[in-house]
Amino acid sequence: MAPRSLSSASRSQDGSARSTVPPPPGAERLLAGVGAPGAAMSLDAHLDRWGPLPPWKGAAFLDELDRSGLRGHGGAWFPVGTKWRSVERAGMRSPVVVANGAEGEPASGKDRVLIQQLPHLVLDGAVLAATSVGAGQVFVHVHTHAVPAVTRAIEERRRRNLDPCAIDIVVAPDRFLAGQETAVVSTIVGRKPATPTFVGLRPIREQGVGGRPTLVQNVESLAHAALIARFGAEWFRRIGTPESPGTVLLTVVGRWAEPQVVEARLGVPLGETLGLSTDDARSIQGVLLGGYGGGWITTREALAMPLTEEAARQYGSSIGCGVVALLPSEVCALSEVSRVVSYLEGEGAGQCGPCVNGLAVLANAMEQLAFRPSALRGGAAAIPTLCGLVEGRGACRHPDGVARFVRSALRVYEDHAALHLKRGPCRSPAPPFLPIPRTARRKGAR
Amino acid sequence: MKRPRFALVVNPIACDGHGVCAELLPERIRLDPWGLPIIEAGEIPVELLDHAQRAAVSCPRLALTLVKLAP
Repeated sequence: MAPRSLSSASRSQDGSARSTVPPPPGAERLLAGVGAPGAAMSLDAHLDRWGPLPPWKGAAFLDELDRSGLRGHGGAWFPVGTKWRSVERAGMRSPVVVANGAEGEPASGKDRVLIQQLPHLVLDGAVLAATSVGAGQVFVHVHTHAVPAVTRAIEERRRRNLDPCAIDIVVAPDRFLAGQETAVVSTIVGRKPATPTFVGLRPIREQGVGGRPTLVQNVESLAHAALIARFGAEWFRRIGTPESPGTVLLTVVGRWAEPQVVEARLGVPLGETLGLSTDDARSIQGVLLGGYGGGWITTREALAMPLTEEAARQYGSSIGCGVVALLPSEVCALSEVSRVVSYLEGEGAGQCGPCVNGLAVLANAMEQLAFRPSALRGGAAAIPTLCGLVEGRGACRHPDGVARFVRSALRVYEDHAALHLKRGPCRSPAPPFLPIPRTARRKGAR
Repeated sequence: MKRPRFALVVNPIACDGHGVCAELLPERIRLDPWGLPIIEAGEIPVELLDHAQRAAVSCPRLALTLVKLAP
């Protein structure tokens, strides 16, 4: 048998590209290549671990991507293949690809881990997306902290002349909405402030950066795509369910002393993934899945349900960006919810009337329920009506996310709310649990 | 050939709640507590198309658009 060159992967008989290295055997796929915390994997180490990106030709990989069933791990869980195809077919002009690592969710850390430690896996995915949709330009949209690692990685690839497209870094603002796709386009084109825009019926997939079809894809989705390109759709589907295949990066808060990023099998109950027994569950008051744009689920439901996007939605939540926060029993859940809703109100772009007015009223109602329940007119029952006033009425989905957070909290903490309304607020609650960035803007300071 | 279908879409960034649209098309548009329009989703029935068109062109902020839906 002829020695196989490391510089070009082979093409198997069925026409699909294959990797020169065996796939990772277990549930650690993306993180199987992760090194010491903080240290980025060099290009040599990356090629050693994963082999080069197989030379897929455009449409062929789109078929493989469709077969894989990969869904977007940035928050929306939209089918990745469908998204790439709609960009590829959008028009005559050359599209633009954005690797989105802006991760505005305060509790989320998985994009940071990926982009800082496995920049080449993310860049492989971005380059693969560019060749698949016919783009000549990739932007890597990340926070300042990731710039050194990404700059080094781009430089390493440039020296080897690895990629057929240009790759540039765009620094994301420190805002909750920084990663929202129309806001990403605003940042790239230098619009000030870099807020979401109204696109009507013409999504940025058709008309984004400079009027070009624009693919904004979360860095984790791109990293999964880079592995699918090497090991195939069939391998990808060996883990997970038909609708939610593969693994997912979770940022777990409240399970261990420090928040941890773990890679979990989709379709497996969270209790099993996190090693939590029914006894352990007693010290957990409720579970926030999907971050501040996600939703609360009762502990019993959360630990038992198979971790899939479909199951999460049945409970009024979403896997979203993969945050799993286990709320300890000693904190006041309603004051946690109120703090987060006030933060989210302040993080609104301040552009759309229903969101500006509605979130202010909603934040005020949640603040009353948490700290001054006797002031809340109409009781807890009045709050879902306020949610209905903001849902579906913004240029972006920010108000919908806040409404989901609030509605799910009212369901999971219904008894707690009744206690507040009957006996007053919790006395001397434990220190705040859910993280709020110190840079969060105060009310009114836009 | 099938006749084209239309819907009303408001640009919530441009809209500042003049309320003209709700006056011209109360069948499909009501106002929220802040005077901002809540538009009933979906296709505009044929008999209301003229009124919808008038509501769209009368918006002082040009925030309301009658858009053709995909066939």
